Amino acid sequence: MTSPVGAIDGPPAKPALTSRWDSPALRRFRRHRLAVFGAVTILVLTLACIVGPFLLPFTDTFIDIRQRFAPPLSGAHVLGTDQLGRDMLARLLMAGRISLAVGFAAMAISMVIGVCVGLVAGYYGGAIGAVLMRFVDAMLCFPSIFLLLAVSAFIHPGVETIILLIAFTAWMEVARIVEAQIKALRERDFAVAAEALGASDARVMIRELLPNAIAPIVVAATLNVAHAILAESYISFLGYGIQPPTPSWGNMLDNAQGYLTSAPWLAMLPGAMITLAVTSFNFIGDGLRDALDPRTDAR
Amino acid sequence: MTATPALVPAMAPVTRSAASMAEDVVLDVEDLSVSFVSPQGIVPAAREVSFEVRRGETLAMVGESGSGKSVTSLAILRLTPPAPQCRIEGRVRLRAGDRRVHDLLALPEARMRELRGSAAAMVFQEPMTSLNPVHKIGDQIAEAVRFHSALSKRGALDRAAELLDLVGIPDVRRRMSSYPHQLSGGMRQRVMIAIALSCEPVLLIADEPTTALDVTIQAQILELLHDLQQRTQMALLFITHNLGVVAEIADRVIVMYAGRVVEEAAVLPLFKRPLMPYTQGLLRSVPRLDLAGRRCDELAAIPGNVPDPLALPPGCSFAPRCAHRVPELCDARVPLLEGAGAEHFVRCARWASLAEGAPP
Amino acid sequence: MGSFLARRVGQAGVLLLIVSIIGFSILHLAPGGPLSQFAATGDMTQEDLDRVARQMGLDRPLPVQYAEWLWRLLQGDWGVSYRDKQPVLRVIGSHLGATLELMLSSTLLAMMIGCWIGVLGAIRRYSVFDTLATVGAMIALSIPTFWFGLVVIYVFSVGLGWLPAGNRYTIGDGSWSDRLHHLIGPCIVLALVSTAVWSRYMRSSMLDVINHDYIRTARSKGIPERRILFQHAVRNALLPMITIAGLHLPTLLSGALVTETVFTWPGMGRLFLDSIGYRDYPTVMGILMFTAMLVLLGSLLADLLYGVADPRIRTA
Ligand SMILES: Nc1ncnc2c1ncn2[C@@H]1O[C@H](COP(=O)(O)OP(=O)(O)OP(=O)(O)O)[C@@H](O)[C@H]1O
Ligand code: SF4
Ligand SMILES: [Mg+2]
Repeated sequence: MTSPVGAIDGPPAKPALTSRWDSPALRRFRRHRLAVFGAVTILVLTLACIVGPFLLPFTDTFIDIRQRFAPPLSGAHVLGTDQLGRDMLARLLMAGRISLAVGFAAMAISMVIGVCVGLVAGYYGGAIGAVLMRFVDAMLCFPSIFLLLAVSAFIHPGVETIILLIAFTAWMEVARIVEAQIKALRERDFAVAAEALGASDARVMIRELLPNAIAPIVVAATLNVAHAILAESYISFLGYGIQPPTPSWGNMLDNAQGYLTSAPWLAMLPGAMITLAVTSFNFIGDGLRDALDPRTDAR
Repeated sequence: MTATPALVPAMAPVTRSAASMAEDVVLDVEDLSVSFVSPQGIVPAAREVSFEVRRGETLAMVGESGSGKSVTSLAILRLTPPAPQCRIEGRVRLRAGDRRVHDLLALPEARMRELRGSAAAMVFQEPMTSLNPVHKIGDQIAEAVRFHSALSKRGALDRAAELLDLVGIPDVRRRMSSYPHQLSGGMRQRVMIAIALSCEPVLLIADEPTTALDVTIQAQILELLHDLQQRTQMALLFITHNLGVVAEIADRVIVMYAGRVVEEAAVLPLFKRPLMPYTQGLLRSVPRLDLAGRRCDELAAIPGNVPDPLALPPGCSFAPRCAHRVPELCDARVPLLEGAGAEHFVRCARWASLAEGAPP
Repeated sequence: MGSFLARRVGQAGVLLLIVSIIGFSILHLAPGGPLSQFAATGDMTQEDLDRVARQMGLDRPLPVQYAEWLWRLLQGDWGVSYRDKQPVLRVIGSHLGATLELMLSSTLLAMMIGCWIGVLGAIRRYSVFDTLATVGAMIALSIPTFWFGLVVIYVFSVGLGWLPAGNRYTIGDGSWSDRLHHLIGPCIVLALVSTAVWSRYMRSSMLDVINHDYIRTARSKGIPERRILFQHAVRNALLPMITIAGLHLPTLLSGALVTETVFTWPGMGRLFLDSIGYRDYPTVMGILMFTAMLVLLGSLLADLLYGVADPRIRTA
């Protein structure tokens, strides 16, 4: 029976136009497999970056002038060497340490800022909330790369300052999410009851409201790691992020453009690493969003 | 408005699958079953529903929320979700304006589309959301006209204006270029009716067209439908759970419960002598305004809830809520729809004994 | 519409004020502040620096400085570029065209492709196509733009020799077709992320729309499926895309900066990066403020456009 399509009133009507193509297997794949793939990749990547450098025959700083531009899979250097004859694999793993660490640290700080701002704005509302949220809106007007570069150009960039900078440009979305959640939760019985019992503001916020908003926060945190890794790679690529000789995936690409013809792997490998790591975090975030909030399917 | 009981005593279990439809029958539904595939299992929303609607007749379909009224009516026009998710079985035949009979469920989609909106049209439950917010009222009416007639765009718009006038919308010229949000609920439902009537259908399905509206508007819409029916002699399948409305508009009534037809009769016999305990309960729960003009405080609602469609009782679906239940009789198997007098059918294992014992 | 317009413009005004405060703070809170340009060269003594600071009015209270700075900003006096010795606004203006050309062309490309993918994905939800599109979009959002630019250059310029590796036109040529030829690479690179964004939002917007009652009404009229899809579903699903276009502007600007760098495209992004290299403080601050204002203006325009496109607001 090929009947035409149309939603009907009453309980869970699924989008009609679509369901002919609906395959539970593909849906499960999207829900779970990709997230699992992401989690495993991140785990392996993190482990490799921590342990790997100890197991390799070369350090990331060992310069072998005779072995400059050795292509991948052509000898002792599995992934080849760079313009100074340094082992690419060792450098990629060391760079991974920095890039992942920057990603996690910047995420942690941006989450703290975002959650605090969102909590206060959502809980108190009124003038405080309005001022805070307008500030969030205004911060979001600045394209993040422009903001990052403008500030990092006038300070001496180190790993810590880069982390702080990225965090300062990445907390706004979190604040928005938390504010919306808290605003909605405030009106609910348990929050009202806790207030009536004389619990302090801080207690209500942290003990009663925050745990109920944890699902979107976790999702935002995951996506923020992806964002932070990307941001670091952008400004490092442009020369205002992590400074050589400390390697990061972004700054490894910095002067790779010049060798694009002769040694394309210098550009391809670090970029692939960034893409892999960021994709993995995005997959995890997407899977978590589905798992924690089955209603949203979008984006 | 009152139906005239035919003098055909039919006491045997009914089978209706006459090969050919009587001349005045516009819609003939036979053993229509609709089920949804859900993660929890197969939900039977309508089961072996059979009825017919004749030319110029109003058949009311009543039942509690979730009894399968909307699903049945949508399945007739094949507007339910597509195949793997929703299954339709049975036979639905429609006698179009040219007297040709179409087997709707077997038609290719393109042929079905030609009939939809022209020979058979539908008015939906929710006037507030059933119109497209970004298109003008006039265009939304003209759209249906354009695709079912040879009229030009201009001609279709003129026809739309005519229709708006017909359904009693004042200031037609201005309303033609209004957007849905600029109209009240009652006005929007009139527009929906205008769309449905645009191609002079032989069958109009109205799915609770007045439920979302307030009482005065409700009365106006009912009157409008009644007038239009007088004029065009269309068959009207009117879905509602308001028995007051049924008394006002219907010639015959079918009562649905848990996806099945449980009683069918002309409107007077049904109100006077309901045979199925469920129908009796429904009638008791109608607020009576005639007792010193006051509403009864106590609505004798039927105790209990509609059964979970995934776990229906093995016998009579109404058994868990029925005061007259006798387990040996009622739970053994699903009672048949039996004839109980002139054009009166009931699905109850004990209707005969109850009818004898019950006070008039 | 009138009150909506007034309210929206008022909101934008407030935001502009806050944006200016943030910009001013960055200018003054950054180590070295507005003087870092002079301090960096190292050949000025502390007295020299103090004298310059006085000349620039840096010894006055911050609110006074801010008010004066804002006043000049609003008047169009954005300072003089250290590098070009020209007014900052004029310098920005001379680079704006290239950036707009890049942004508009890539947005056009991304909207066309992205919306199509979104519509198809929505009406064939969880099909192979939809799954590929979804996974593809997530990957596209994860690829660093500069790296994708390098890949495009490597494949299409270095490898196949189809596209020029950079610049806006060949020196001495500059014909219409030559410019177009140069535009293709950066346009595709910048469009990647946007396409992914558009397809995601369009898909969810479509999924939202096809559940609405008016789609069922359209179907009950017996009109062709294509017409239901385009006149009724897509038409409504496109409305929120206007807002998305406004929200996407900051990302697009960031992407343009990186794309311009990779393709040596002479736009505002490159100017920004070069100015940072030269420690050309007025230009850097000018561009930063300019982009923020552009974003502000963009979202204001998007909202106004939405008001025009949606009859529920237009006729309110
Ligand atoms: N798309 C769907 N998927 C699964 N089950 C459905 C779907 N649509 C309806 N149903 C089921 O079909 C049954 C009948 O629903 P229907 O909408 O026909 O009831 P109704 O009699 O019209 O009620 P109301 O008076 O509330 O309109 C319900 O139990 C519902 O759970
Ligand atoms: S069959 Fe039995 S349970 Fe069902 S309505 Fe009749 S008496 Fe009640
Ligand atoms: Mg219904």
